[in-house]
Amino acid sequence: MCTLHLNRREFLKGASALAAVSCLPVSMVELAFADRKKNFTFAYISDAHIQHIGGAKFVRNWDRGLIRAVAETNMLVPKPDFVVFGGDLAQLGKREELDHGAEMLDKLSYKVYSVMGEHDYYLDLGEYWSKLYGKQYYSWDHKGVHFITLNSVLTYDEWTHERWPSAQQRMLEMAGLDNPNGSPFMVGETQREWLKKDLAKIGKDTPVVVFSHSPIQKIYKGWNFWTEDAEDVQALLKPFTDVTVIYGHVHQVQYNQIDHISFHSVMATAWPWPYPESYAQAKSHLPKLTVPMNRADPFFERDATGWQFIDISSGRVTVEYNLYNNQNRTVAFDSDKKQPIDKVFQPVNKRVPPQTHY
Amino acid sequence: MSVRLLLILVLAASLLVIIGDTVIEADEFTEEDLKRWENEYMTVVQKGRALWVSADLGSNGVACAQCHPNAANTHPETYPKFQQQIGRVIVLGEMINWCLQQPLEGAPLELDDPDMVAIQAYVAYERRGVEMAPGKH
Repeated sequence: MCTLHLNRREFLKGASALAAVSCLPVSMVELAFADRKKNFTFAYISDAHIQHIGGAKFVRNWDRGLIRAVAETNMLVPKPDFVVFGGDLAQLGKREELDHGAEMLDKLSYKVYSVMGEHDYYLDLGEYWSKLYGKQYYSWDHKGVHFITLNSVLTYDEWTHERWPSAQQRMLEMAGLDNPNGSPFMVGETQREWLKKDLAKIGKDTPVVVFSHSPIQKIYKGWNFWTEDAEDVQALLKPFTDVTVIYGHVHQVQYNQIDHISFHSVMATAWPWPYPESYAQAKSHLPKLTVPMNRADPFFERDATGWQFIDISSGRVTVEYNLYNNQNRTVAFDSDKKQPIDKVFQPVNKRVPPQTHY
Repeated sequence: MSVRLLLILVLAASLLVIIGDTVIEADEFTEEDLKRWENEYMTVVQKGRALWVSADLGSNGVACAQCHPNAANTHPETYPKFQQQIGRVIVLGEMINWCLQQPLEGAPLELDDPDMVAIQAYVAYERRGVEMAPGKH
């Protein structure tokens, strides 16, 4: 059973809309400022993995996830200022997949900012994605917040350009999460130089929000819950007082605090992933701060998938995870502890059995 | 001679096989045997891994590994267990068949099908070192 989080009511229009969306996966984000008039929200949808079967056929399960997230996001009241799509629109980077996914995203009645995922990139190195969504890294300002989007799924040149006999094989090798032939993600020197120049234009007290597909931190290399040059990117962000990084890729709830930087993951609309600690043969570094989401129930097709509504206050974000078959989660910056915390489950005595992963 | 002793002697004799001059005891095996048997198992594990990442196991191109990287979150050590969604105690193979039919939109396998055995060999191998926990949810 899913229950509606009380403070989501104000975002949802009317009783019928409430009933329709009571079990949807969306992440909601609000940026809140001391002056409430400055607060605003945006929605975050990620990891749709639209998968082409052949002809006009696509995997129904993943289609339904994205269709539902789009429909629910369109019902939000008050309306979010924009929507971010966090990457992996496609499963194998095919035009059919990107076109089919883009057609579904086009139904959003808001401006959409897109992030590159590895499943969008490694067939044609982002060429067709760029035709649909433009630049692979860029920044913009909105109501006093500096937003940055990075392509964090690049890797070593030799792996990208010399190792594989075909583009299709390169895509397949990177698409397998647990494939030992894969290669660690990185932002790379070109983008880090660009980021340095971009950040030089703003004051150190300007709230900064970075969108990337991979975590700009190191959690588990075996599944690329990892960015190889994470420390270099963090060093560029460190001088700023309010920094938040929001990332996809991991298909699960994660949050962390490193120096001034808060990290939040977002859910997938397609399927959930196990926490790395569930793999008995490897060590992971899941942030200690993270209270895991509930173990997924496979008998509910949309369980442990979702979308987010994000509320920005004091330049910090509150992420509302809209989960379809689970109680919604709210992870917000705690200004006393100076780190994100779960509003319900953070104290050890509040945790529930489904949050134990093994 | 008691009947019991006679029986023991007959049983002991039946365990000795004489080939030429060599007497082979049934429970004796060599390092080479151990290597060969492990190799037989690992060959099946590798076949299971190939099936795990295969787009052809079901009908829609979805592979087991998409949701279960390194077979994580499959918990072979907990089976047989009460699968609460099905309402009875089942073996792991029945849950694998559920996945083949639902997310993979494919056909179930016989529980002793070599592909089913290979999938279970791989899943168990990825879970090596974890304590048995039958019935655990």
